[in-house]
Amino acid sequence: MSMREFIFFFCFCVSCNLLAVENQPNLGRDASKGVIKQWNLDIFSDGKGLPSGQGTAHKGKKVYERYCLSCHGVDGSGDSADELAGAMHSLTDNPPDKTIGTYWPYATTIFDFTRRSMPLDAPGILNNNQLYAVTAYLLYLNGIIKRDKVIDSSSLPKVKMPNRKGFINIYQQEKEND
Amino acid sequence: MTKNVNLKSVAKGGLLDRRFFLKKGFVFSVAAMASDKLLAEAKKYRQPWMEKPGDSFSNYGQPSVFEKEAIRWTMANKAAAGNGVSWTPLQNLEGTLTPNGLHFERHHNGVPQIDPKIHQLFIHGEVKKSLVFDMDSLLRYPMVSRQCFIECGGNSNAGWRDEPIQTAVGYFHGMVSCSEWTGIPLKILLNEANITPRGKWVIVEGGDASIMNVSIPLEKIMDDCFLAIYQNGERIRPENGYPLRLIAPGWEGVVNVKWLRRLHLSNRPAMSRNETSKYTELLPSGKARQFTFVMEAKSLITNPSYGHQLDKTGFYQISGLAWSGRGKIVKVEVSVDGGKNWGETELQKPVLSKSFTRFRIPWHWTGEKALLKSRAIDETGCVQPEREKLIAERGKNGYFHYNAIVSWKISNKGEISHVYA
Ligand code: HEC
Repeated sequence: MSMREFIFFFCFCVSCNLLAVENQPNLGRDASKGVIKQWNLDIFSDGKGLPSGQGTAHKGKKVYERYCLSCHGVDGSGDSADELAGAMHSLTDNPPDKTIGTYWPYATTIFDFTRRSMPLDAPGILNNNQLYAVTAYLLYLNGIIKRDKVIDSSSLPKVKMPNRKGFINIYQQEKEND
Repeated sequence: MTKNVNLKSVAKGGLLDRRFFLKKGFVFSVAAMASDKLLAEAKKYRQPWMEKPGDSFSNYGQPSVFEKEAIRWTMANKAAAGNGVSWTPLQNLEGTLTPNGLHFERHHNGVPQIDPKIHQLFIHGEVKKSLVFDMDSLLRYPMVSRQCFIECGGNSNAGWRDEPIQTAVGYFHGMVSCSEWTGIPLKILLNEANITPRGKWVIVEGGDASIMNVSIPLEKIMDDCFLAIYQNGERIRPENGYPLRLIAPGWEGVVNVKWLRRLHLSNRPAMSRNETSKYTELLPSGKARQFTFVMEAKSLITNPSYGHQLDKTGFYQISGLAWSGRGKIVKVEVSVDGGKNWGETELQKPVLSKSFTRFRIPWHWTGEKALLKSRAIDETGCVQPEREKLIAERGKNGYFHYNAIVSWKISNKGEISHVYA
């Protein structure tokens, strides 16, 4: 490569580089798999994202009474916070009775939301076994599972929720009509 | 009032041509309202505050001490002070921008005081390169500014009740506010992460004590969503998402995630609590509408409205707000006779897409009973429905997405109440 060619090549590369930087700031760092695993709390309805551990309604009753009852009432009947169980009437009554048992389409959402946000006054305090147990207890209170049924990452997504087919995807409907 | 102006009505009930004031240069007559006190003061050459030096400088300006009513009303859970809402006092505001301290709030577990030196944003899932950003890096990215409204999906839910609620317009409809947001188009960051063909949804998560998540279609994210860092020119306030908030123009508040800390690309939604148990609308059939993101065309008269009092007959300016999550507002009509006759209002320019639009129309009140309504129409042809029509379609138990026409009844004494009519 002659000197002139070299200078041309050098300038060409520098300008390419400048262009690339201008279009893509590329200031993000690579996120390691380990850190993402720690941060990623998302649980899907097929069970993807559920951690290890297990529990039964029997054990969950104690967790509920200690950490949840003060706001959600006896047997999930509701108090300062939402009613979670024990619906007295249906979704077509006026007013309707929306509980986990009558309304929630997926059982995995109970575990996911409780792990993220509950108990409201001490979020993050429950371990995985306690989370599975209190999830089982809420399903039991809603008459969906038996008291001694073991709830874990494989059984929870298989729980059949009564209102599983109760939702219309409006976003998709509008897209199809477009 | 000058006698020789031509009161050209555009609709029955005293609604005047929307450009009336502009054409005639008409000024409100204040002389009739002047009290004895005002007359006495007017004789002085200096008012009390002109007789001594004023206050000194301040590091951060505050509203006038005479504007104590223009505040957010708050409503929190009795067992959890950080769980509840606060409303924008729409009845006290004009123009289209909401002051930062008056932007509505909906928090699930309080306002976190996030240290921007520690805050990080993760992008992972269906991407070829998982990335993490700190605030210093994000501040170097190309930014855009956009004025848009944010409305809670549960705004105006008192409208479903059997009896019309009697409260100021802000405490009925004030879970909507409008700001100029500045930040980074999300597609820039997602292109750097390189989305795989399986990526169809983005699960978005906030970094407060509730760590709630919600799923947004990738199409919307790539279309016009951005990562806001500034609100009305200053860094976003803690209660509005400091240091990072996702802005999804025109879509319900719950997807405009505050304190943003994670974007998870996925081939399906997460079916999280806030897209199943809440923010879904139960229909009379027992089925529920889900993923109803768009806030539909809506308008309301903010002045005069409940709590105001018409003291004198004569001229008033009817003023209100209109917005649509589908685009620009093209027309707002006002009726003062309960919807029999409609007059077209003047829209304050520029009219921006998915933003507040201020409408105004002059009105000559004769002192008779009146029934005020406003009706918005957006550029996609969506017309704000009458309450009856909305309820015929959705029933009364959907809770979210109430956008019906609002009616104010004015008695012959000038008192204003909220009615269904
Ligand atoms: C200090 C009061 C408090 C305690 C204790 C508490 N919760 Fe809650 N919970 C709330 C409030 C308030 C909400 C509504 C949150 C919101 O605004 O989104 C809620 C919501 C929920 C929901 C969602 C309800 C719905 O219909 O969407 C579930 C499920 C739940 N809590 C489960 C639990 C469980 C399980 C525990 C115990 C481990 C618990 N909560 C402890 C206050 C509490």
